[in-house]
Amino acid sequence: MSDKPKIGIYWCSSCGGCEEAIIDLNEGILDVVAAVDIMFWPVAMDFKYDDVRKMKDGELLASFINGGVRLSEQEDIVKLLRQKSQLIFAFGSCAHMGGIPGLANMNDRESIFKRVYIEMESNDNPDNTVPQTESLVNGKYKAELPEFYNSVYPLDQIIEVDYYIPGCAPQPQTILDAFTAILEGKLPEKGSVLAPSKSLCDTCPRKETKPDKLTIDIFRRPHLYDKLDDGKCFLEAGIICMGPATRSGCGERCINANMPCRGCYGPPDGVKDQGLSMMSALASIIKPDEEKDIQSVLESLPDSIIPFYMYGLPSSIMFRKKMEKE
Amino acid sequence: MTEKGFEPKIAAFICNWCSYGGADIAGSKRLQYSPNVKLIRVMCSGRVDPQFIMEALRDGADGVMILGCHPGDCHYIEGNYRTMKRHGMLKLLLKQLNIEEDRVILDWVSASEGEKFAKVVDKMNARITELGPLNWDKVVSRT
Repeated sequence: MSDKPKIGIYWCSSCGGCEEAIIDLNEGILDVVAAVDIMFWPVAMDFKYDDVRKMKDGELLASFINGGVRLSEQEDIVKLLRQKSQLIFAFGSCAHMGGIPGLANMNDRESIFKRVYIEMESNDNPDNTVPQTESLVNGKYKAELPEFYNSVYPLDQIIEVDYYIPGCAPQPQTILDAFTAILEGKLPEKGSVLAPSKSLCDTCPRKETKPDKLTIDIFRRPHLYDKLDDGKCFLEAGIICMGPATRSGCGERCINANMPCRGCYGPPDGVKDQGLSMMSALASIIKPDEEKDIQSVLESLPDSIIPFYMYGLPSSIMFRKKMEKE
Repeated sequence: MTEKGFEPKIAAFICNWCSYGGADIAGSKRLQYSPNVKLIRVMCSGRVDPQFIMEALRDGADGVMILGCHPGDCHYIEGNYRTMKRHGMLKLLLKQLNIEEDRVILDWVSASEGEKFAKVVDKMNARITELGPLNWDKVVSRT
């Protein structure tokens, strides 16, 4: 075995896009594998959990974990990786803030099981069976499944996280910068998010078109608006763009494709709740001052979760919705 | 769901120029009002970031009041209009998270309205007593 630094890569409650992002480094990945040994990467290579259990504590220089934690198995493995790794990187929006799977915090285990296993139109489940942590197969073999938690947790609510690599998925440049910082020993202060702490508006190609006094008199939804490609500030048209409350570093790929920012890089340093801080900024630029006129502007905004918490519900102050029976 | 002996915990963000004056008058006049409201003086109701409100609810408050100058009377001209707009938008989030709208109220109390201050505080206390504890810790910790 070579004496190159060893790393591990693991996925939890995520879509696989983060693994894709690593592959998207293209030839850049050759530099990465030339510099490190990948010791654990269940998606791409054949390793067993036991291989990790046999490692010495701190044997891995770093583990990159993507996805939020929803299952007991994920909790066990990330705790194991914490023990075996010197550094833990929360990789991508889901590990960082809960991500899109974190929107499941608008439901709970019972309501999800009911919808998926009992009500789903395409199901054939006459006994209304839902997943059990233990069951008997053919009356004699015990089968086990991980426990499905009530909520989705960002990684740092389960284990201590050293650094965050933001993005859904992290852009190749963000990943390469992170790898370079690790290998050259130039990591910033522990707990940092490895992207600039400027807001996206600061680096937005449409910045110049933002009027001096921005006001909103109606909220529009992007798919019902036919001038997305006019190159002007989205907020001016009443399209919710998370730019003011989102960290830059993504290369403005959405904006360049004529779509507003949805906030995947998370809030800049010092902001506790990305959605609330965006709501605060947005509400204060509503144009009318009379109560009933304010109300009619607000009526054009039918939802506050998808626009403001697309990626960050589990890392928000309130964490989840309260279910009826609670 | 009212628990026996439940005493609501209410956080009130009140503006320095009007509502704090109103609270002062209520005190000088020896008006009786519910003691379970914790007053937090801010320079303007427009300073009340929605994050303050949600953090209060998350950390154990059963209700939050924001009291400011009457519309048109703001010391900083338009601070209370901003509050009005933010509160309007926040109500949508409260509803979607299944938190009763009445747990976060916005009202106007001028520096001379000691009676009104005592009245809105009592009204809030009665309403929260009726709604019962919020207990968000329990919502978060359910596994």
